[in-house]
Amino acid sequence: MRINLTSVFVEDQEKALRFYTDVLGFEKKHDVPLGGEDRWLTVVSPEDPDGVELLLEPNKHPAVMPYTTALVEDGIPATAFAVDDVRAEFDRLSELGVRFTQEPTEMGSVTTAVLDDTVGNLIQIMHTGS
Amino acid sequence: MTTLIGKSLLAYGGVMADDVFKALADPTRRRILDELADRNGQTLFEICARLTTRHGLGLSRQAVSQHLAVLEAAGLVVSRREGRYKFHDLRTDPLKHIVSRWLGPQPPESTP
Repeated sequence: MRINLTSVFVEDQEKALRFYTDVLGFEKKHDVPLGGEDRWLTVVSPEDPDGVELLLEPNKHPAVMPYTTALVEDGIPATAFAVDDVRAEFDRLSELGVRFTQEPTEMGSVTTAVLDDTVGNLIQIMHTGS
Repeated sequence: MTTLIGKSLLAYGGVMADDVFKALADPTRRRILDELADRNGQTLFEICARLTTRHGLGLSRQAVSQHLAVLEAAGLVVSRREGRYKFHDLRTDPLKHIVSRWLGPQPPESTP
């Protein structure tokens, strides 16, 4: 058994795809129409194109909005991505207009920051060390 | 606050000094103020993460929320909404009030 997929609920799949590829730098892996306007839409890291896929999942179920809204209000990330240098990513992404709810901070053995993905979620980026 | 009887007459903005002393009496709440002094404008998530990773205080999110409520009641922390997020800021005005109570007006630096 392997973990090869994880997901975030997104408010708008096309807008999400733009953010996760153009801004964060992931690459589109699968894009399959599901009938209607929904798509099976996944992205992967260019550093690991055969690695874990991130599913950009439509948020249409009525339970999703209360869930994501409550998490965002308290600053809680939906998921976390590994980066080489949180401060360098913070600088790069801030230049691109990305909104951070937590600036780079040493949290014990890791350094973390939290950003808004513009489609309803907060995302934590982290690296090990200071 | 239902009555002022037995309360200190030292009040400001509806907040009583008792609330400030009560808020400061707890070491976890003092840690929260330490962390907000380090950087203002933190989400609940960041405050919880700092308490856990920097101070080994493995408190539940609910417990931290309750501590923040006590600090807010004392006027030491204010929460503000910004779009979808909620941030917490340190406010030091109540501390100035309780300190000036005993320190009184500062004497002149030097008398010619």
